[in-house]
Amino acid sequence: MNNLQDTWVYLSASPLFHLTMTLVAFQVANYGFEKAGRNPLLNPVLGAVILLVGMLLITDTDYDTYFEGAQFVHFLLGPATVALAIPLYRQWHQVRQSALAITVSLLAGSLTAILTAVVTAWIMGGSLPVLASLAPKSVTAPVAMAIAEKLGGLPSLTAVLVIVTGIFGAMFGPIILNLVGVRDWRARGLAMGTASHGIGTARALQVNETAGAFSGLAMGLNALATALLLPIIWGVLLVLQSVPAQP
Amino acid sequence: MLAYLTLILLCQLAGELVAGALSLPVPGPVLGMVLLFVLLMLRGKIPQGLDQTANGLLQSMSLLFVPAGTGVMLHFKLLGEALLPLGLALVFSTLATIVVTARLMQWLSKEPQDE
Repeated sequence: MNNLQDTWVYLSASPLFHLTMTLVAFQVANYGFEKAGRNPLLNPVLGAVILLVGMLLITDTDYDTYFEGAQFVHFLLGPATVALAIPLYRQWHQVRQSALAITVSLLAGSLTAILTAVVTAWIMGGSLPVLASLAPKSVTAPVAMAIAEKLGGLPSLTAVLVIVTGIFGAMFGPIILNLVGVRDWRARGLAMGTASHGIGTARALQVNETAGAFSGLAMGLNALATALLLPIIWGVLLVLQSVPAQP
Repeated sequence: MLAYLTLILLCQLAGELVAGALSLPVPGPVLGMVLLFVLLMLRGKIPQGLDQTANGLLQSMSLLFVPAGTGVMLHFKLLGEALLPLGLALVFSTLATIVVTARLMQWLSKEPQDE
């Protein structure tokens, strides 16, 4: 009896336990998602995160302990990003045909993502570090964190905002795209990847390969566009902001 | 399978090396994706094993975001304090980005048989 308890105390803090719980939580959330006919509102990432945060809070486990196990899953994000080359290659003739349309739409989307986020949060009274953390929210996490740091934001807050943006886009993107009557898979994928990086891409890949390829492409291109554009836009916003502040 | 996982990791490693050495604003894995894409172009087709390996990774891509997402528990306090500006900005901006990008792309790349 004591042996069992000792073993449990030991195992519950081991990487194996939290790695397993990550997969179990995802399986549970994904089961609900599949049962509901892949309804985007039952996003499995959100479901798994809610289950895991609940479990960690109840068992009073800190995030670092959890991440020791979960890091093995987290690590695979890099190889999965590399693997996006395959759907991109398969859809290459489509991508090349609409190269100009992709470039223009992506730049417009990238600017929209930055400007609407910063201006809305600014009007609502967000502080400068909060604005800087929010500005790169549509970009894949490692790039967004590096940009936020450069602008004086909090990289770890940016990481959370990036994930929340991804989940929100994956949940409501398909609905809004139906509402505004966009049925073209290229356009749907490009929009999901531009606004919601890898999480939007994961969703797009489940639905349609063309959408997945365009989404993965948009994710990469928006990382590049935001990294180049945002520091310039930020400089302009800082100048604009200081004008009314000094009478 | 293993050979192609090795290839994918090598592409990522090369991407990280180039991104770091030249301090490029693009993350290593994205450069790795470009490198693998170029290799596929040179090869002219997708080897079957690579297709399977990549599919395995891409099928479970949603799962891979769960550990980072669970990091939300580190920021409950800060998120609570700035809930309104962050929440409104995030919701409005994400939807606006999706609509602008998708409508523009659909309009610019319209093929004759679409309508």
